Amino acid sequence: MAGRIKIRAQKKGNVTEVKALMRHPMETGMRKDQAGDPIAAHFITEVSVFHGDQPVMQGHWGAAVSANPFLGLRFAGGEAGDTVRVVWTDNQGGTGEGETTIR
Amino acid sequence: MTTTYSKGISRRGWLRWTVILSAAVALPGRVWAAVARPEAAFGATALDEALAALGDAPQVHEGIQFTTPDIAENGAVVPIRVGVDAEALPNVSKVSVLVEMNPNPLAASFDIPPSTEVYIETRVKVAQTCTLYAVVEADGQLYMQSRETKVTLGGCGG
Repeated sequence: MAGRIKIRAQKKGNVTEVKALMRHPMETGMRKDQAGDPIAAHFITEVSVFHGDQPVMQGHWGAAVSANPFLGLRFAGGEAGDTVRVVWTDNQGGTGEGETTIR
Repeated sequence: MTTTYSKGISRRGWLRWTVILSAAVALPGRVWAAVARPEAAFGATALDEALAALGDAPQVHEGIQFTTPDIAENGAVVPIRVGVDAEALPNVSKVSVLVEMNPNPLAASFDIPPSTEVYIETRVKVAQTCTLYAVVEADGQLYMQSRETKVTLGGCGG
């Protein structure tokens, strides 16, 4: 199950501002469905952001990050046209990836 | 169970080294070393425990700008922002966000290489009205800033 990521990367002065929106249920594992059965935990555990092939951030997440997570960050440098890539993996082995170019 | 640790290295220090070494083994060729997931801190079920797993007691630092809503109508989606004034507090390598009353207080932790600005925006779940903490690590020392957020509808979905 590979999830898509919406990303926007914009150059503002000397920094590049990245905004990423992932689609993911982020189930905590503590909720129950209508029948009272527990819903299995399913959340993104690792998220990495790359500028070209250079890592600009690595996030470790718990289940307390909201469903359909949003992530905003800023890094120095970056030129219009460079690629910015966001990759995630979840606790069930799922992955998601998205790429954009800096505007 | 009896466990002996070698002389001159504390239990926590020993744990840290284990994590660092296992990360080094698991990720050969990684230029940037700070990628180990703080498992112990994520597994903690109380704030004190989670903070202790991150490192020594953090000091409050005014250079950290931590923004959360005063009142969150929906605890499932609480926007937060952590920024650090690089002049007041340089060399920040890690940012963690903790929610005091959540079942597992540590919500997220970010490793930040030097060229990246210390600025994170995300959304977290907050189970009930409580204090949120932004903890940053700079030169091996922890600093923090806290904010209280009132929640009118819990984040656990019922």
